[in-house]
Amino acid sequence: MQEDSYTLITNTKKHTHALEHLLFEEKKPKMATTSTSTGDIKKTKSVEVKKKLNVLIVDDDTVIRKLHENIIKSIGGISQTAKNGEEAVNIHRDGNASFDLILMDKEMPERDGLSATKKLREMKVTSMIIGVTTLADNEEERKAFMEAGLNHCLAKPLSKAKILPLINNLMDA
Amino acid sequence: MELVQMQKSLQDYTKSLFLDGVLDSQFLQLQQLQDESNPDFVSQVVTLFFQDSDRILNDLSLSLDQQVVDFKKVDPHVHQLKGSSSSIGAQRVKNACVVFRSFCEQQNVEGCHRCLQQVKKEYYLVKNRLETLFKLEQQIVASGGMIPAMELGF
Repeated sequence: MQEDSYTLITNTKKHTHALEHLLFEEKKPKMATTSTSTGDIKKTKSVEVKKKLNVLIVDDDTVIRKLHENIIKSIGGISQTAKNGEEAVNIHRDGNASFDLILMDKEMPERDGLSATKKLREMKVTSMIIGVTTLADNEEERKAFMEAGLNHCLAKPLSKAKILPLINNLMDA
Repeated sequence: MELVQMQKSLQDYTKSLFLDGVLDSQFLQLQQLQDESNPDFVSQVVTLFFQDSDRILNDLSLSLDQQVVDFKKVDPHVHQLKGSSSSIGAQRVKNACVVFRSFCEQQNVEGCHRCLQQVKKEYYLVKNRLETLFKLEQQIVASGGMIPAMELGF
């Protein structure tokens, strides 16, 4: 059965397809389809899905949080911020947090990005996590950060030009 | 001053900031995020940078003036300033912070003191020049003109 885009969004395992839909959602309402017990496809009332890319920005620096908020806004997303890894973990503790993407800084007080990423994956958080490193970080440090559970790493400073293709590439993978 | 002349002055002044290495291409990224729905984005982010930097530089001065310098306190401040200066394109501040961090790593107090002076010098330079830039933009807008798009043909 061909899955419609609404099904893709509600299926949390297919978050990469959900991201594509969220970023490139057509303005026309989509026809939702349901399958009957005989397998026939039956057209139902049209369903308009309105959901924006939901991003958690984790960084201890005010300037960088503001910059990343605007980058996400410029690509049609919405965002929430956390000042450090511990805050990011606490946001997920009640199990209701649902972010499509987490931008995770590496060096932060209280709990750093590596520790926070490890903890979030232990908590079965399936959001895409992009680590934000600096050029000063060596290959070993980046590798350790990736192995903590990142989907990808980007070097600061972030820009719209850097982040948008990465999201597209991850969707194609 | 005529509007066209003001706009030309703004373009020349902005170009000089890049030619002198005070700003890098990250500043252009900030400008690209500014639009009708977010008309003051650049000045808001830069203002935040000034507020944070003033606080950090003050904390650094206090930390380095202690009899026994705690580099575990100094280095995170420099790291933060390096990150935020890099994010707004304040290239010379960022570069000065890179050098500063290496002296922190060596726990070289004298080197850190020299670096702090250099960081302050570069910070006050970019602060003055950006404040002048914003004043020029305000004059143009007050005269009913548009801020010209940056053409960096160099």
